Amino acid sequence: MLTAQVLYGLTACVIVALGLRGALLHASLLQRVVAINVMGAGVFMLLIAVAYRGPGLPPDPLPHALVLTGIVVAVSATALALALARRLHAEQDND
Amino acid sequence: MISLASSILILAGLFFYLAGSIGLLRLPDLYTRLHALTKADNLGLGLLAAGLALHSQHLLTSLKLLLIWLAVLAASATSAHLIARQARRQETRR
Amino acid sequence: MNTTSLLVFDGLLLFSIVCLAWASLATTDERRSVILFMAFGLVLAVAWGRLLAPDVALAEAAIGAGLSGALLLAAVRKQSPGSSRTHANTDRNYSGSGAKVALQWLITLLCAALAGTLAWALLHALSSAPHDTLPRAISDNLVASGVSNPVTAVLLNFRAYDTLLELAVLLTAVLGIFALGQTTPGYQPAGPVFDGLVRWLVPVLILTAGYLLWVGAHAPGGAFQAGATLAAAGVVLRLAGRSRIGLPDGFMLRIIMAAGVGVFLLVGLTLLLLGRPFLGYPPAWAGALILLIETAAMLSIAATLLLAFVGGQPQSAGVNAAANRQHEENSRC
Repeated sequence: MLTAQVLYGLTACVIVALGLRGALLHASLLQRVVAINVMGAGVFMLLIAVAYRGPGLPPDPLPHALVLTGIVVAVSATALALALARRLHAEQDND
Repeated sequence: MISLASSILILAGLFFYLAGSIGLLRLPDLYTRLHALTKADNLGLGLLAAGLALHSQHLLTSLKLLLIWLAVLAASATSAHLIARQARRQETRR
Repeated sequence: MNTTSLLVFDGLLLFSIVCLAWASLATTDERRSVILFMAFGLVLAVAWGRLLAPDVALAEAAIGAGLSGALLLAAVRKQSPGSSRTHANTDRNYSGSGAKVALQWLITLLCAALAGTLAWALLHALSSAPHDTLPRAISDNLVASGVSNPVTAVLLNFRAYDTLLELAVLLTAVLGIFALGQTTPGYQPAGPVFDGLVRWLVPVLILTAGYLLWVGAHAPGGAFQAGATLAAAGVVLRLAGRSRIGLPDGFMLRIIMAAGVGVFLLVGLTLLLLGRPFLGYPPAWAGALILLIETAAMLSIAATLLLAFVGGQPQSAGVNAAANRQHEENSRC
């Protein structure tokens, strides 16, 4: 158990909690999307902290590949959510 | 000897970054803040890049760092211009 | 490196990350929230570099901070000059009813409990002996995988099926965006300063994308970072008010969008027909096949991310314009 793993892992838990709280409590759709992205960043930090094996050994590449996939999926979900929000605002303005 | 020189360059770069951040916090106006940020931060980045290039002692890495500095220089100058122009337009519109 | 100075660096980095996340979610101004989120993404990229994850750092800086930030900023564009989209934030109302405040405190407590549970699980997992089987299997089979960058080997050889599905997710998201309506409004044509920057920045970005694609086989890089850089070139062109942002028209656009998933499937099915397992590359051909798939994936990722930024199917003369005129006439009556 490396110090860096513990530090980054605990911070990741805090960031996940911050993101979830923001996603549940904010009123505007856009800030909820930002909060979910922050939550995703916390999850990525958790994965990469677990993959770190110290300055001597090369890190475990499997969680890195998972995080890479996660980043791309997160941005596509964000784009879809923003398009939905835009359409929602347009519909609300029309009636 | 080389590590001493690169440390001095990096510390000088950090000093300019600090100066730019103090300018961002303390200066009264958007334009003066932009001025402080762009000039001080770009110079700081140049010194930082020079220190890192010296530290790496590898020609290709130094050339890449130079290219990065030039790209950041151009991009930050353009974005500072765009921000200042937009602020000016909003002022004259009111 | 000196362990105490590294500890100090880690502490400062993590403190600034948490502060940026907090500040981004505590403000009510949408634009400020988005800009702080972009800064959060960039400092996060530094953290990934510190944890020896350079591929993830490149992807985070290009996609997580860059493209996500551009998407969010485009969504908070002011509808009229001088106004700012601050939301009447009913959840920050200090004089709110008792029930609302109690609900907020309950949710905060539950989120803190979630953090505590995650932390307990993490410490429990870290305190047991580390499992070395998967990393050792990866490094043992790295030579036969066709590339020497372990992350690229995992993404495009050992776990190629996951990457295929991820490309399909990206395509599905953009199809959903197509189905939702018109594109975001365009930008006014750029002045001489921005136009001058665009003239040389876009070729440099295209060159950098090609370099990232090629170097991904033996150094940090790969198809995703290259695709994001290419998409960034298109975003810059759109921000400069150009009508042509590098996307092909009509049928060619659909070919490019489907190319990533398509080439992947073609390679996999051909290997299946030749008697090998699905996406099981023969070691002699692995490097070439990976490069082929990565090239198609880069073009596909760039096109889909750029279309996601544009927000819909771009208008082009011919089929699209005729269909739009038809649609307008139908909706008018």
